[in-house]
Amino acid sequence: MSYLDVQKIRKDFPNLGVNIYGKPLVYLDNAATTLKPNVVINAVTEHLTHGVSNVHRGVHYLSEQATLSFEDARQKVKHFINARRIQEIIFTRGATESINLVAQSYGRNTLQEGDEIIISQMEHHSNIVPWQILCQQVGAILKVVPINSSGEFIFDEYVKLLSSKTRIVSIVYVSNSLGTVNPVKRIIDAAHHKGALVMVDAAQAVSHEAIDVQALNCDFLVFSGHKVFGPTGVGVLYGKESILEDMPPYQTGGDMIRTVNFSGSTYNSLPYRFEAGTPAIAEVIGLGAALDYVSSIGFEAMTKHKEELLAHGTRVLSMISGLRIIGTASIKTSIISFTVEGVHPHDLGTIVDEEGVAIRTGHHCTQPVMEFFGIPATARASLAFYNTQDEIDVLAKAIVKAKAVFHA
Amino acid sequence: MRDELYQQTILEHNRHPRNFRKMTDATYSAEGYNPLCGDHLWVYIKLDQQQLIQEVSFEGSGCAISKASASMMTAALKGKTIEKANVLFHEFHDLVIGKLDPRTQPHHLDKLAVFSGIWQYPSRVKCASLGWHTLHAALEKKSTVSTE
Repeated sequence: MSYLDVQKIRKDFPNLGVNIYGKPLVYLDNAATTLKPNVVINAVTEHLTHGVSNVHRGVHYLSEQATLSFEDARQKVKHFINARRIQEIIFTRGATESINLVAQSYGRNTLQEGDEIIISQMEHHSNIVPWQILCQQVGAILKVVPINSSGEFIFDEYVKLLSSKTRIVSIVYVSNSLGTVNPVKRIIDAAHHKGALVMVDAAQAVSHEAIDVQALNCDFLVFSGHKVFGPTGVGVLYGKESILEDMPPYQTGGDMIRTVNFSGSTYNSLPYRFEAGTPAIAEVIGLGAALDYVSSIGFEAMTKHKEELLAHGTRVLSMISGLRIIGTASIKTSIISFTVEGVHPHDLGTIVDEEGVAIRTGHHCTQPVMEFFGIPATARASLAFYNTQDEIDVLAKAIVKAKAVFHA
Repeated sequence: MRDELYQQTILEHNRHPRNFRKMTDATYSAEGYNPLCGDHLWVYIKLDQQQLIQEVSFEGSGCAISKASASMMTAALKGKTIEKANVLFHEFHDLVIGKLDPRTQPHHLDKLAVFSGIWQYPSRVKCASLGWHTLHAALEKKSTVSTE
């Protein structure tokens, strides 16, 4: 039983129609970046073909139209994550820049020596390094919540790390290398109880489930457009208005100022204060189209289909001898990381590529996770709602072929 | 279609790497690391009184390409001078980036020419060259090298 007309949906993604070495592409690298539907391609193309202009500047027709389209995309983001106001939606280059913005603008101006920041063992490097830098700058201390052998966040250990010194908790919603879905609501409530702010890295979560920042009550939330079927080069920082209001600019230049003279400058209001320079206009418009597209399909149907894919993938891959799945959390998304005895992940990646199968191999920018499991790297199949069980079977066959090459 | 990457020679060296051991009395040694894929190895060289490479070995972990390449490197270097090792380093480097075509250009690579097709796999070039870069670092007396 299928909840989606997947064959119809696949026609929305022209990239799915390409051949790799003469074989149909099997794209299972959606955690790295998702493919783009026609509506996104068309929105970007339309702006670049007939609508080019800068935003927030000109009085001429195209500039006004571009500004309207750009701000319309901001409304769509606000609606998509259920923010209260558009002032809370800041466009950045991506989740990475959003995290750096919070660390440097909020963290550097608020934290003091001895203050504590909590992250987890399963964070992406982009949610580790900005905090390490901040700790070096202000003398704060980074604490790490451990994970268990299934790749789950150990909540009891987290509670032990929380204290009156905790100022920021920055946690990944869905792990990119393990697929684990973290109990972010509980994590946020516990942090607030101690007076700490919480930032949620929703880079993977944004394409996996409906996000409601008001229900979560997170203080910041970040994601990238390209992981939710939008273009690269655009991301979002959501922040509670009351917190953003007091934060100084991160980068400075055009668009973020109100007045400039040589005795000093005053800054623009939210959200523009954090959007220095000409933004990625076409990409922001494309992101708006992507969110409309996701909403039109609906998370419920997508999630049910992906649950079936995950169950099928887990079953089929587990049947291959010597294959070990890394990340077996009881609540996880359709990401399957694995190792195959006798075949290094990079060799596996190259051999399945010959069959047209695109998977990610490596440490997935989560070296502490690899260290925890005592492995240098994994292969990872990450499934989107346009993937099919047949595609997973192609992957399984390709893995068996790789094993034969290596006599594993 | 690209040339076959996993040729029998490479698979065989991966399964049974030559000179795969730590050397405690090495004249030169270095550590090589590829942070992108986690390949991590050490290369050891021992010179005799005539400054010839008397022994060369490696240890560590990595993919089949990096392991086979390091293994074949050690086999090729035994008994050579440092100058000859450097010549091979540069020739191998040119080979894996597709600058040296072993069928049409003079070279001293012998069996190492099995890596001639790897330039068609850009993401794997660094795997094949890790052992060689580590050797080069050892000869240059740098203790660590990283390829990305």
